[in-house]
Amino acid sequence: MSENFIRFQKVTKDYGTVRVVEDLDLDIARGEFVSLLGPSGSGKTTLLMMLAGFETVSAGAIVLDGQKINDLPTYKRDMGVVFQNYALFPHMSIAKNVAFPLDMRGTARAETAERVQKALDMVQLGHLADRLPGQLSGGQQQRVALARALVFEPRVVLMDEPLGALDKQLREQMQLDIRDLHHRLGLTIIFVTHDQDEALTMSDRIAVFNHGQIQQCASPREVYDHPANRFVAEFIGETNLLEGTVSAISGETLTLTLPGGASFQSHGLPGFSTGDKGLLSLRPERIDIYPQGEAPAGVNTLAGEVTDTVYQGDHLRVVIETAAGRIIARINRKVSEWENGAKVSLGFRAQDGWVIAP
Amino acid sequence: MMKYAKAIYATLIVVFLLSPLLVILPLAFTSSAFLTYPIPAFSTRWFEELVINSVWSRAIVNSLIIALATTALATVLGTLAALGLRSQDLGMKSQIRTLFLLPMVVPAVVLGVGMQALFVRLGFNSTYWSVIIAHTVVAMPFVVISVSGALTGIDRRVERAAESLGAPPWKVFSLVTLPLAMPGVLSGGALAFATSLDEVVLTLFVAGPNQRTLARQMFSTLRENISPAIASAAFIIIVGTVVIAAVLMLSRRKKA
Repeated sequence: MSENFIRFQKVTKDYGTVRVVEDLDLDIARGEFVSLLGPSGSGKTTLLMMLAGFETVSAGAIVLDGQKINDLPTYKRDMGVVFQNYALFPHMSIAKNVAFPLDMRGTARAETAERVQKALDMVQLGHLADRLPGQLSGGQQQRVALARALVFEPRVVLMDEPLGALDKQLREQMQLDIRDLHHRLGLTIIFVTHDQDEALTMSDRIAVFNHGQIQQCASPREVYDHPANRFVAEFIGETNLLEGTVSAISGETLTLTLPGGASFQSHGLPGFSTGDKGLLSLRPERIDIYPQGEAPAGVNTLAGEVTDTVYQGDHLRVVIETAAGRIIARINRKVSEWENGAKVSLGFRAQDGWVIAP
Repeated sequence: MMKYAKAIYATLIVVFLLSPLLVILPLAFTSSAFLTYPIPAFSTRWFEELVINSVWSRAIVNSLIIALATTALATVLGTLAALGLRSQDLGMKSQIRTLFLLPMVVPAVVLGVGMQALFVRLGFNSTYWSVIIAHTVVAMPFVVISVSGALTGIDRRVERAAESLGAPPWKVFSLVTLPLAMPGVLSGGALAFATSLDEVVLTLFVAGPNQRTLARQMFSTLRENISPAIASAAFIIIVGTVVIAAVLMLSRRKKA
């Protein structure tokens, strides 16, 4: 039961002749934090709007707690929604805003007052209860919106890029706050974002969207380390892609031979056969740089020349030209620094690479 | 230099717009029996005339009855029209919108002839209702424009938020949409009131002797005997309009 608290079954959404979401399946467990991540126009927000009831479902079914809710009006769905622009009621005080969902449910006055106070204290805004939304900063307004969406203990909390309008520091603080609330209250949260760091920081699982379909839905670690396809590999984080042919398979280790003749041992997606084309995805921070010829035994090596280093504060981005093309590596400044023109050897272990279909 | 030129230009425009009022207003306080300058002495006799003379007092009461009823009717209908025009799944929106605003451009004489013929056929010409309906037709476009303007300022997501928090559609409307659109509704209502108050042409066609409004009475007095009572009546209308405008501005400033 709790495994499939929310189920999207073959959900499709058409706007006229444009198909925004196509045959989408997704199951979400009770208490889970799932991020819908993708570029704009990939269908993630549309899916959230269908779940909230703001958009109709063209085909398929959305099931909440065993009940099909396709035709259930929004106000009966019992979901807290947090919008990017806060969407507070500008003509009501902060306390009135937070009390709104309780008033709609006919909660007794004394209980309402108590729960409003508790909700505002939870987001550290108890002292601003009598202000109007316009008198608060963006971060404060978003915390009020959060309190308002949580105060009635909704079955699900939906967030549509709630932190998009905040500056970086505030955003990171709010990410941790929301994560904390999720753990403390055991909330089921569906969180739409186009910011991969946000998704990686907060989620139990990330559903990566593109062209109205889920490309991969898995834990942040899985999505980052073991992307299901090229789109996911490129969309999440930075990666180097090297194309070649699978020349041998032994257990979970594939041997990929590049057109130039170099070959690498790497882990990769299951299902490859010898002779298939493969694409090696290599994260910049998984690459080590050694002086030429000094790479340790047992790792894949590739010779090259440093053409550029970019100072990034906590790390250096090093650009290396190799026979296999340009490679970006990200290195710790404590370990080494490299001059432009230095001849180097790149090294990476089999478990640091990931082969996907081209 | 340019700054002064602009200031002078603006002043000239204001003078051009207001001078007719400045000419007529002092005459409201003349002691003379004629609507002419110079004013022999200060007097309030023409205001007294408005109250004592039943023709004038009746006209004032009629104007108030008709203007208030028109305001209520036009505000409700105009607000509903503006809400309908906001709907996303309404086809031919701009055409329908133009249709609603048509009474502003159609010559009042044409409207008047048509309405008179229609009301006579329906059997209620020369009643309060005929005047109220005629005024509502010309007053409603102002409400539609004013409320539409206020509605476009409302973020849809605020209404959606209310719905997601458990508010059924009519609660979303009464607790969120309407309060947020209220400044537009109020100024629409004020415009409707002002429109009804000074409407003459339609009134000539559809009103009977019992529905003489203040504006209509001023119009006929002007033709028959040019009495300074006209200036006094004008004074009352102007003061009333200014008061309404001031109240609206104050209520708006408080909101913002």
